[in-house]
Amino acid sequence: MPKLFSGAEIVFKCLEDQDVSHIFGYPGGAVLPIYDELKNHNSVKHILVRHEQGAGHAAEGYARSTGKPGVVLVTSGPGATNVVTALTDAYMDSVPLVCISGQVPTHLIGTDAFQECDTTGITRPCTKHNWLVKDINDLAEIMHKAFEVATTGRPGPVLVDIPKDIQFQKAPYKKFKRKNKLNGASHNNFSQESINELINLMSKATKPIFYTGGGVINSGPKASELLRELVYTTGFPITTTLQGLGSFPGDDNQFLGMLGMHGTYEANNAMYECDLMINIGARFDDRITGKIDEFSPKSKKVHIDIDPSSINKNVKVDLAIVGDVKSVITSTLKTLKKSKPNFIKSNKQKTSKWWEKIQKWRSKRSLDYIGSEETIKPQYAIERLYELTKDKDTFITTEVGQHQMWAAQHYKFNKPNRWMTSGGLGTMGYGLPAAVGVQIAHPQKLVIDIAGEASVLMTIQEMSTAVQYSLPIKIFILNNEYMGMVRQWQELLHDKNYSESYTAALPDFVQMAEAYGCVGIRAKTPEELDDKIIEMLNTDRPVIFDCLVDKQENCFPMIPSGKPHNQMILGPKDKKENKITGKGRTLV
Amino acid sequence: MPKSKSAYSFAGKKEKLDTHIIVVWVDNEAGVLARVVGLFSGRGYNIESLAVAEIDQKLNISRITIVTTGTPQVVDQIKLQLKKLVPVHKVADFKREDKNVIFKEMALFKFVGANGKIDKAINACKKYNAVILDTTNRSKVIQITALRREIDKMANELKKYGLISISRTGAVAMTRGEKVFK
Repeated sequence: MPKLFSGAEIVFKCLEDQDVSHIFGYPGGAVLPIYDELKNHNSVKHILVRHEQGAGHAAEGYARSTGKPGVVLVTSGPGATNVVTALTDAYMDSVPLVCISGQVPTHLIGTDAFQECDTTGITRPCTKHNWLVKDINDLAEIMHKAFEVATTGRPGPVLVDIPKDIQFQKAPYKKFKRKNKLNGASHNNFSQESINELINLMSKATKPIFYTGGGVINSGPKASELLRELVYTTGFPITTTLQGLGSFPGDDNQFLGMLGMHGTYEANNAMYECDLMINIGARFDDRITGKIDEFSPKSKKVHIDIDPSSINKNVKVDLAIVGDVKSVITSTLKTLKKSKPNFIKSNKQKTSKWWEKIQKWRSKRSLDYIGSEETIKPQYAIERLYELTKDKDTFITTEVGQHQMWAAQHYKFNKPNRWMTSGGLGTMGYGLPAAVGVQIAHPQKLVIDIAGEASVLMTIQEMSTAVQYSLPIKIFILNNEYMGMVRQWQELLHDKNYSESYTAALPDFVQMAEAYGCVGIRAKTPEELDDKIIEMLNTDRPVIFDCLVDKQENCFPMIPSGKPHNQMILGPKDKKENKITGKGRTLV
Repeated sequence: MPKSKSAYSFAGKKEKLDTHIIVVWVDNEAGVLARVVGLFSGRGYNIESLAVAEIDQKLNISRITIVTTGTPQVVDQIKLQLKKLVPVHKVADFKREDKNVIFKEMALFKFVGANGKIDKAINACKKYNAVILDTTNRSKVIQITALRREIDKMANELKKYGLISISRTGAVAMTRGEKVFK
């Protein structure tokens, strides 16, 4: 007779077999048997958050900075509904999460029992798949399948709902057999012909561009290395999406910066004018494409993606290559070296005019802003933060809004997995708990959440988590007292009707830091900024940094939604030089 | 209200819609129909009709037949999104005009009234494999199998013969000849 284990024990045996070292969670009635079992498993450390949404985002930060799946443990009812935002966020940004939720005992399901909700029903549209475990004999298999689904193909969140009686019941444990085919290998579905076709297009192009996204990061650090090799071998310019930052060095000359709504002038114009666009692991999101009918009208488009449903979803492409970025680039490089060993030489001349044009766009210096000696410009704050931290291996998370875009524009990333931001869903309150997760995964590294004062208040309670586990995360708040991005849209597009975008009562963040048991620092002038940032970096405890910035500053350049790439609005500095009055700015 | 300058984005050109019959083979497990239907409603796809039943008790496989309309791009998306669902085994897609595929729907008609009138109705139904399932002095229930538009037409025409209740299935489909969809 095989040894029998309780459902709770099986959950932990599965976590151990999957090499899970940390779970983020919050206990409650319907998961108590699992929490009861926690003490018997030293290799799995539980991080107690203050809200289940925080658990989800922390697991996302953990997953994005390590490439391993993040694991979340919550109770039934409100525990499960609170984690829905994080699951949706992970679904949109392709982050592997495994969420285990407790459920009321099977005989109570459907009776509107205390803390009952239809968890699998609620999470069905925001997970890759979910399971309600109705038979203890299925539990082990479902748990392992959950990890497989979360981490293979295009990664994403999954949920396993385990009723309380199942957690008590006993069954033999089925050992898990690790498949060799994990991580996308089985999702490669491309032919050598399509690679040849790609190289054919590349050798013909006179105005090529690489447009790369989060898929490169999800494919693992090796994919970023290969991407660099590909870009250097071809000599083509490259722009990345918000999620792709870090896959290519941000300070390299071939890098045009981020593209999209708040992307650089050169990146967006190059996308508009190019004759060959090679999309690697990006998804033609509406913040990238602008007006779809006028999106890059003259180009042949190539799309490399692991998810077949991403192809032709928003933009019709001429060549689709379905596969893992790492494998596709490997094949491309191999074929390129064999068939066109002198590619870069022969190509240099062909693309020289293109580079001249790009230099011209570059000389607009679209990220420039008008400096100030009295108030801290938010862009300046990010620039100084970058300068003072660039020699360290720094991990940056963000909330959502203007500060997020400024961080993307002015902080330069050189390595993948160092930039954690909520792109698809745009979840305010993401950055602080994500920083908690990143710091758990990398205890010795510098982790900074570049935040806005409005966003950070949505999940500020997780400071308490950071203090409990001595996580020295730095919350760098660009405090302009406004929901800045909302204010900006209202200024530019809604006749300056600042409806409800000003927070008339904010907490004193320094006192708040002290109340939580961490360190509060405030910077008011550009003069003192550097010293204060250094003070923050030298503090080996969690810090809330209240950086008082210009309240009126807008994030430029900007493509107004519904407009194509070549109709950007540039910042006030450019306007002044071109002698265009401020009035023109509202005419978008 | 003045036209806002803050359009989120403008919808592109309207394209022609085609009718497609999508056949999905799925594991017959709890919630699988909700996954398929939820995908359609969540992404704004149409469902004109739906038929679902288990077809293999041993392998636990159900066959779902969905009639939908969409642009070629949308129909492609429907197929690709369906294939991503974990319990989905395979997805077939047929155009309604496809001559190599049989489409059939079944309808039950209930007539109440004088027998003479009802007989006329049955006569009219003859070419659609009419079967009389229930007879009383003043009523009859008949079954017909036909195409959707034929049933639509009959339902309209037979009102004058005392048709008072209609129940109909969604379309089911099968390829002609020896070929089987793999």
